[in-house]
Amino acid sequence: MSDWRPRAAPARPARARLLAGLRAFFAARGVLEVETPVLARGAPQDPMLESWEAQAPGGERGFLQTSPEYPMKRLLADGAPDIYQIARVFRGGETGPRHNPEFTLLEWYRLGLDHRALAREVVALIADQAALSPEWRTPRGCEEIAYADLFQATLGVDPLAADAAALEQVAAKHGGTVGGELDRDGWLDALISLVIAPRFPPDRLTILHDYPESQAVLARPCAARPGSAARFELYWGDLELANGYHELTDPELFRQRRERDIAQRRARGQPLPPVDAHLEAALESGLPDCAGVALGVDRLLMRLLGASSIDQVIDFPWSRA
Amino acid sequence: MATYSTNEFKAGLKLLLDGDPQAIVENEFVKPGKGQAFNRVKMRNLRTGRVLEKTFKSGESVEAADVMDTEMQYLYNDGEFWHFMVPDTFEQYAVGEDALGDAGQWLKEQDLCTVTLWNGEPLSVVPPSFVEMRITECDPGVRGDTAQGGTKPATLESGAVVKVPLFVEEGETVRVDTRTGEYVSRV
Repeated sequence: MSDWRPRAAPARPARARLLAGLRAFFAARGVLEVETPVLARGAPQDPMLESWEAQAPGGERGFLQTSPEYPMKRLLADGAPDIYQIARVFRGGETGPRHNPEFTLLEWYRLGLDHRALAREVVALIADQAALSPEWRTPRGCEEIAYADLFQATLGVDPLAADAAALEQVAAKHGGTVGGELDRDGWLDALISLVIAPRFPPDRLTILHDYPESQAVLARPCAARPGSAARFELYWGDLELANGYHELTDPELFRQRRERDIAQRRARGQPLPPVDAHLEAALESGLPDCAGVALGVDRLLMRLLGASSIDQVIDFPWSRA
Repeated sequence: MATYSTNEFKAGLKLLLDGDPQAIVENEFVKPGKGQAFNRVKMRNLRTGRVLEKTFKSGESVEAADVMDTEMQYLYNDGEFWHFMVPDTFEQYAVGEDALGDAGQWLKEQDLCTVTLWNGEPLSVVPPSFVEMRITECDPGVRGDTAQGGTKPATLESGAVVKVPLFVEEGETVRVDTRTGEYVSRV
């Protein structure tokens, strides 16, 4: 017998309500809803993300977006005002209690804000949505802490200076042993995911800001903290909900990081999808000073409803899609 | 050497780790949105039964354990070893006390058991889920107590002791669930 039935019926009205609530939040703040292609000709080179490739019978090739970031930045470079999008995105190989390969991402950009100011808007958005229903959970309090300060406070190690061997030792001391060889950033990720985040108080929001420059992705260098990037992540309890940047606007730095990503992909034998040349050209033309963030809508719904698995809020997860 | 990549991990898969065969109990994918992916795996050591948790970098490969579950018929015990036979091939295996574990108390000649082989050597034995055995010893029942659902201990032909209802008598054959060690019915 086919397992055809949807399984997230209790979460269905909550999802509809949340989507309406998000749109109301942005309408009230004068942020414009936009749509961009789900299927693109190129893909990001980020070694930590794998794009799904799609192929038409005639041989035409495309890539499902891992986020709407590139085309939204092209809109901004063309003079668009503050914009947001509720997009379906796809990431290869990501299935688990907190991951579904297809999920809903809320992404928005604010002109003239930096990452810290945008992080506070994310907190305001969550509080606003949590108030939509008396049955939904509300986060209690929010802690803002710099990445380096958090590592110092909880593990007594400087994440900007320690090398891979030192981080591995710290991990071993705190039960974060990992099978397989990791580089410096790999160990930093292991410490965050396996040791630090699991200890965040379950109801509290945490804004983790100013990431090591090696994990800048598309954030600009942090003016206030040399060696760091103007990037933040927002957690609800131990669940990562959002990732944002004071956006990188320098095309030269963008090219350097892309080259680094491509070299890493090559070294690890990962696929090399075609480069998206449009974003580079848009940056050359000039991206306005802005901050952007992407928030996992399914995960927000999980927390609002107290769900322990993402399958509880998605009617047809990948295993039965 | 056969290996499994972390993206093939799922419950039941048998790995060779720290020199021992392990069965995956739970496999959880953990990944920061912009960072390294990990597989947090709970596994049971098939030799000691201990459960341990281990984290792997996603994409790593781990050696597969040559572990196979085979249906075998229990033949006899020679005082030191318990002898089993694969019905199709008549191949025989001698199982020692360590590998036999608690299964010993549920063995009846001719019964089909699952014998787990590691590199061709018996690692563990799982008896049939239900066995039928004769009661060799138990106190006589006390009439009138059945309504209370009272029980009394009974010794089976294999030596196992199970709780049976008061109306069950010595010499009768009973059906027992070996997974819980509980009486099911009279036969």
